[in-house]
Amino acid sequence: MKTRIRHIFIPFAAVAGAGLFGMAIILMTGRDPAEIGSRLFNATLGSGYGMGQVLFKTTTLIFTGLAVALPFRARLFNIGGEGQLQVAAFSAAVTGAMLPSSLPPIAAVPLTACAAMAAGGIWGASAGVLKVRFGVNEVISTIMLNFIAQALTGYLLTSHFAVPSTEHTAETGSASMLPGLDEITGFFRGSPLNVSIFGALAVAILSSLFLFRTSAGYELRAVGSQPDAASYAGIRSERYLLTVMGAAGAIAGLGAMNLVAGYKHYYETGMTAGIGFSGIAVALLAGAHPIWILPAALFFGFLEYGGLAVGAYVPKEIFMIIQAITILLVIIGTARKT
Amino acid sequence: MSTMPEALVLSGVSKKFGAVEANRNVSLTVQKGSIHAIAGENGAGKSTLARLIYGLHRPDSGTIAVNGKTVSMNSPKDAIALGIGMVHQHFMLVPNFTVAENIILGIEEKALFASISVRKTAESIRILSERYGMPVDPEALTGSLSVGEEQRVEILKALYRKAEILILDEPTAVLTPQEIDRLFSVLRSLRDTGKTILIITHKLDEVISLADRVSVMRKGEVTGTVECRNTSKAELARMMVGRNVLLRVDNPVPAPLKPVLAVENLCCRTQKGAMKLDNLSFTIRAGEIFGIAGVEGNGQSELLSILCGLNDRKNRLSGTILLDGTTITGRTPAEITSLGVSHVPEDRLKHAVIRNFSVSENILFGRQREQRFRKGFGFNRTILDAYAKKLAGRYDIRFDDINIQSLASLSGGNQQKVVVARELDRPFLKLLILAQPTRGVDIGAIELIHRSIIETRDNGVAVLLITSELDELITLSTRIGCLYNGSLRKIFTEEEVAEGRTDEEAFEHEIGLHIT
Repeated sequence: MKTRIRHIFIPFAAVAGAGLFGMAIILMTGRDPAEIGSRLFNATLGSGYGMGQVLFKTTTLIFTGLAVALPFRARLFNIGGEGQLQVAAFSAAVTGAMLPSSLPPIAAVPLTACAAMAAGGIWGASAGVLKVRFGVNEVISTIMLNFIAQALTGYLLTSHFAVPSTEHTAETGSASMLPGLDEITGFFRGSPLNVSIFGALAVAILSSLFLFRTSAGYELRAVGSQPDAASYAGIRSERYLLTVMGAAGAIAGLGAMNLVAGYKHYYETGMTAGIGFSGIAVALLAGAHPIWILPAALFFGFLEYGGLAVGAYVPKEIFMIIQAITILLVIIGTARKT
Repeated sequence: MSTMPEALVLSGVSKKFGAVEANRNVSLTVQKGSIHAIAGENGAGKSTLARLIYGLHRPDSGTIAVNGKTVSMNSPKDAIALGIGMVHQHFMLVPNFTVAENIILGIEEKALFASISVRKTAESIRILSERYGMPVDPEALTGSLSVGEEQRVEILKALYRKAEILILDEPTAVLTPQEIDRLFSVLRSLRDTGKTILIITHKLDEVISLADRVSVMRKGEVTGTVECRNTSKAELARMMVGRNVLLRVDNPVPAPLKPVLAVENLCCRTQKGAMKLDNLSFTIRAGEIFGIAGVEGNGQSELLSILCGLNDRKNRLSGTILLDGTTITGRTPAEITSLGVSHVPEDRLKHAVIRNFSVSENILFGRQREQRFRKGFGFNRTILDAYAKKLAGRYDIRFDDINIQSLASLSGGNQQKVVVARELDRPFLKLLILAQPTRGVDIGAIELIHRSIIETRDNGVAVLLITSELDELITLSTRIGCLYNGSLRKIFTEEEVAEGRTDEEAFEHEIGLHIT
């Protein structure tokens, strides 16, 4: 029981520690941490727009965080959320733009989502195949697949799909756009927050149910904990390794729906940069637990938007340092117990 | 005896970990030049005591005196300086270093870039190893050594550091009978040159045949110290467990029925061409226990993995294996299991359980496909809970909370009871495969496991038993096959085994002749 309490306590201590560290850096830049702090809270939690922005960032991070957390349960370290998200964003944007305008949203939105999930899923499953068939370490293969994703989307964009003299694709048809929450609720006015956040919540809850309430989740966790024992128990671990990598890629791909169908409505260079990597941080902070991903993603979403919002007063890099320190503290905290 | 000086005196030593009192008011006197055993069940506090003496823990209260002087040790470094050496249960060797490099590791020249005179050390190691009858090549890579040789390296490591008091933690757990004999003669010759040996074990036979005196521990306390000449196994067992223990379960004569498992001309050749199994043939009938004796590495692990469907695909197989007339070669583990085969693997922690899963999740492990535990996509928690509690009651598995407590926090005996309970209670069981079913398990639990194996046999299950404990093999088996170089050199019939039980020592020697 003691270790359980400790497990819950570590992330909070890490967040607090990193916050203190951030304050110290702000002091060193010659600013008053209290003033920056109040500006930070005003910009994020002080307005519907700010909250919407934070939740918008949170949504994508939930998806990319889950894309790391699920394979983690099978002892696979998916560094490829970045590439999976990127190909998915490109695929969603191109599909959305090519669908006939006569198609109603009820068909167009699922088709776009399928295109995103298929692209991300293929990217994830490729790493799974390389692992199962050829024994390639997934850390290496997902990093390589990130490079391929970047190069491939870059080439396809500039040579085939970019609107002339721009760096983005054509806008998608209105049928495959997701409604923003400001239109529906009247709150979060002007922010990019859209219905994707409900999708993110649903996927997180479903992931948790899958892991801890289904027999497949039980077998997956066994494979992740002790692969040898799992094979003695008649569990075919290859199947799980392959499936979980494909599923992770598809979930990262759903994150692209938030960015493309929910906000930009086209793909542009760099629109996904860094979000896949932040997903790794989210998953580590959450201890790879799908429900804890939600507050962890919220924390990182808060820092990412907060950093932009007070960028006029302190360098936003400070917030990147806080994120990194948080993760280092979490790892120190969990490693110490062994 | 009493005129001998005291090498080690512990007075009123206590050590707590959180709320657990691992050692309570332990007082102990070890005479110089003697072999002193510390016996006790798993979790009785033996290892903690050893770690206190070796400076790995500090006592909360009480004193430790070495050679008449009270000492305070902060780390093993202090213990080594006092002439104390320890051979751990799990060896601490670097596999890609040579024997000599491993032995000088940590005491090489102090200057960072000083050259290490390996050749000179190798020579002195050779002299040391020959003096005590422990031949080992100082230039061999440690990774290429057998377990027995690795242990010798550990002992030499301690002697090279000028140890006068040598602590050995469960040194025989990983050894074959022959290796045990050799270890014991080494230990006796070390004693005869004046070294003091402290051996920690739960095997009473070994205590009686090796040690001069024995201190028995139970629940963190020393319940008594006796001269080994004046004691018996039964008395020691009573001191350890606190009640009378049946050391040998009743083994009524079985009435075997039709054959269940038929192995015919089974051959297994590795990719490199080594014959691991060579025309192996035997049958096991329903209601009998077929024991296989043999030194590790004579084909046991290959046979086990083939029977479980986990054979290395690179190995070339020939011959047939029929289970009730159905061939099982080439089938997956799940298919073989569904034919009514249960398996208690040799390495429990690695292969039989998931350490961080709860007790009830482990009772389900390997049986998660049985319909009665299923509900929708998941499991029926109510049925599973009731089942887990039923098994825990029947097999006396002790735990705090069946759904929360991780299996790793249970004692070795309780962990093994979880595995045995789960595998023996499989529905439609036809063949039970047991590999080292009581390794690292305390006596109380051994008795229970042996009883339930015999009960399973009497229910008409065919049992294959592979164990390095000859004692256990003779107690349980109906027939005994002697495995050597991948084939059975000799099969003792029911009558021969029954007769062998009347003079066990002679029988053990006879078996020994057929396996070496």
